[in-house]
Amino acid sequence: MSGPEDKSEGEQPERLYIITGGRSDASEQAPLDLVSLIVSRSAPQPDMLPEHSAIVRMCQYPLSLAEISAYLALPVSVVKVLLADLLGDGRVEARAPVTPASLPDVELLEAVMHGLQKL
Amino acid sequence: MDCKSSDRHTGPSREDTLPASVTAAVKIVVVGGFGVGKTTMVGSVSEIRPLTTEETMTQAGVGVDDTAGVERKTSTTVAMDFGRISINDQLVLYLFGTPGQERFWFLWNGLFQGALGAVVLVDTRRLEVSFDVIGRLEERGVPFVVAVNTFPGAPVHSMEELRAALDLPESVPMLDCDARKRTSSRDVLMTLMRYLYSLAVTPEPK
Ligand SMILES: Nc1nc2c(ncn2[C@@H]2O[C@H](COP(=O)(O)OP(=O)(O)OP(=O)(O)O)[C@@H](O)[C@H]2O)c(=O)[nH]1
Ligand SMILES: [Mg+2]
Repeated sequence: MSGPEDKSEGEQPERLYIITGGRSDASEQAPLDLVSLIVSRSAPQPDMLPEHSAIVRMCQYPLSLAEISAYLALPVSVVKVLLADLLGDGRVEARAPVTPASLPDVELLEAVMHGLQKL
Repeated sequence: MDCKSSDRHTGPSREDTLPASVTAAVKIVVVGGFGVGKTTMVGSVSEIRPLTTEETMTQAGVGVDDTAGVERKTSTTVAMDFGRISINDQLVLYLFGTPGQERFWFLWNGLFQGALGAVVLVDTRRLEVSFDVIGRLEERGVPFVVAVNTFPGAPVHSMEELRAALDLPESVPMLDCDARKRTSSRDVLMTLMRYLYSLAVTPEPK
């Protein structure tokens, strides 16, 4: 649509400030992790911020917060704020990362070992 | 499934897309000093070309090298490389490479929280970094294994000498590795997983 390319090499701090509306990620939602998987629930809308629609578009299939950050070339903290908006509006859903409280359970570890064995 | 709208698209290529069935993700952190082979290790086992994400710390008074001319806010940006391994239809593993120097520890909260464990990559030419990292991981209660990269010309130490130098308990696995080799990096990860498994089935007293 508008911007010819999302280069972010020279991303201005002001721009980051604007897209996050000066907020930091003090959301009431469950805190997002680098490996929270995000999946879109709807198509991008024309009135969305370009960053929001880019996220909605790329998360047609599950994608981690870290990957979104990498593809958008935006800092993790900024992506968290953008995602909080989208989660709040029900545009995307987050699949919680497996966060072992203390020690991860044995089945999970076995599954990972099986997966690695195939490498 | 098709690319009907413009090809200008940000996001994963078709091969790098995860199946819709994936519901959960776990992470492992690879930590070590500069140039020790973190990115190489991540890349050698990753199914996607390693990606880079950055984390910014904006805090007053935590200046790193050069803050001249930046009066208002000190912000430190650190790039982290990461890769991905699909474990099965539902589960995916992410591997993050992160620098071990103390000034990057601000990253650790988000990184280690919920991580299965860590791989400490050791460069025998610069043991101090590893020493600090290990202390910090122990403090945080993050289980880890130590992988020793063998660089040409690096001083050769026996594992016992290194274990003593790093002040590592016998229970912590150590092994040699060549981060450039997929099988070797995979063995490092398997060693970590077996160690985690042993901790899970027989929790350490203390
Ligand atoms: N001989 C040998 N060389 C290695 C090994 N692992 C990495 N290297 C080489 O060491 C160099 C640095 O590796 P990187 O993977 O970029 O190291 P890094 O830890 O990501 O470095 P920074 O991100 O800059 O801190 C590269 O030229 C690698 O090819 C290893 O196991 N053995
Ligand atoms: Mg690197």
